[in-house]
Amino acid sequence: MKPGMILRVALIALLLALVLKPEAFTSVFAPFAPEKGPVIYTRSSLLSLSLSHLGLVAVASVAATLVAVTLAILVTRPAGAAFRPLSRTITNVGQTFPPVAVLALAVPALGFGAGPTLVALFLYGLLPIFENAMTGLSTLPAATMEAARGLGLDRWQRLWRVELPLAMPVILGGIRLSVVIALGTATIGSTVAARTLGEVIIAGLLTSNTAFVLQGGLIVGLFAVLIHDALVQLETYLTKRNGRG
Amino acid sequence: MIEIDRITKLYGSTRAVDTVSLTAETGTITVLVGTSGSGKTTLLRMINRLVEPTSGEIRINGEPTHTVKPHLLRRRIGYAIQGHGLFPHHSVARNIGAVPELLGWPEEKIAARVDELLTLFGMEPAAFRNRLPLELSGGQQQRVGVARALASRPDLLLMDEPFGALDPIIRTRAQEDLRTIQRKLGSTILLVTHDMDEAIRLGDRIAVMDGGRLVQYGPPEEIIAEPATPFVADMVGDAERPMRLLSLIPVSELIETGPAEGPSLAADASLREALSACLWTGREAIPIQRDGVPAGRVTLAAIRARAERHA
Repeated sequence: MKPGMILRVALIALLLALVLKPEAFTSVFAPFAPEKGPVIYTRSSLLSLSLSHLGLVAVASVAATLVAVTLAILVTRPAGAAFRPLSRTITNVGQTFPPVAVLALAVPALGFGAGPTLVALFLYGLLPIFENAMTGLSTLPAATMEAARGLGLDRWQRLWRVELPLAMPVILGGIRLSVVIALGTATIGSTVAARTLGEVIIAGLLTSNTAFVLQGGLIVGLFAVLIHDALVQLETYLTKRNGRG
Repeated sequence: MIEIDRITKLYGSTRAVDTVSLTAETGTITVLVGTSGSGKTTLLRMINRLVEPTSGEIRINGEPTHTVKPHLLRRRIGYAIQGHGLFPHHSVARNIGAVPELLGWPEEKIAARVDELLTLFGMEPAAFRNRLPLELSGGQQQRVGVARALASRPDLLLMDEPFGALDPIIRTRAQEDLRTIQRKLGSTILLVTHDMDEAIRLGDRIAVMDGGRLVQYGPPEEIIAEPATPFVADMVGDAERPMRLLSLIPVSELIETGPAEGPSLAADASLREALSACLWTGREAIPIQRDGVPAGRVTLAAIRARAERHA
């Protein structure tokens, strides 16, 4: 087994243990907890918080991917080229707007809970996916595109059978970036009562319990590293299969 | 039969192609040759409507191309380009079967056709079918590109500098293969090149283009012997003319009886090869064999006489 694979398996095992059997780590976290205070977060199960956290990220990322890729497809058609600067501006604004500000502004409209977090994650995730999809779709090999037209593929067939599959590794790079950012950003959703792993971190900050902060942070970090790694593997595989490796 | 009828393409005020008319017969190779910017590629791309003509009409077997939807028209016309343009994410089989798939052929029929073409191009189907284009050599990629263009048995095959990306040795072989396959299948081919040697080697007829105009259209012998303009003469190259002419004539035309020493040539070799053999080995005559049986000789004097006729 390669060293990378051993590390991967070890990290997955550590993550599963932290989420499923947090009590096992009592002695590890004890030095960081206040005297006589709780060491392990037990107000709600870490598993359900993790699932809810991942669920929010997944929903926001899928929505951001659909919108960003659709937008990128539109502006890379000859007819949509005029809208390229405008859509760049829109997605850029989404990225510059701090997620905390989005949360604050969205709460009056959507109330407390998952809603504002989804909006913030969605807006924040648009830009990397859009930029990468646009790059991927506008740097396709010219001879292949010429052949696709010359053989008689219509617009849709060219898009589905040639352009999107060939641009997929680059698009996936954008999705990876966006997902990793969202995994971290989702924690602040707990300030407006979204159920995420941020709850553990915030509880730790409020009670000066470093053990809680470490637990929450470690789990989020491990998710981010492992999901990042999985997406990199997928990209490498697709790039190879696309004959561009 | 392909009829190009007073076709013109304007880009702004530039006449990329200027009232060109020509007819290519079924089952022949017509080569469009010219320098870059001569309009040869634009002319070719107007046939499958990758470029829409400004005026004029093109008819394939009597049917005007503008009456068919472009993508449907293109499925009936094979298209092979420089740098092959294979789909890098599809296997060799899927690349070759691309047009039959678009035409809705049943799967078994596509698979059989793919194997047939791979065999025709000297590539073992079982070994190559499932490979990706990346896993092929340049020459193999180019052959798959041509096989893909032929897959649906199109009425017409358009080729735009198909051998441009190959090194000289592989290119010569690819040209010979194309000639053999074209004869076997009786395909109609229109091929664009800037290389006069390639045009002479492959063309039943050669169309020389210059500045968007068709300056001469005729069989290779005529282009070499009677260039219509100084430009055509330039393309042929004055110093090369006798050699090019001799390369078109088989030795069988000049066979006579008589003795000759040394290694012999086959009857389908060209006079250029015979001349070369004479000069290199200092012989006045070369023995000729037909199917391994001595058939006479070709003399240096006869070759000289044949070449001089065009002075």
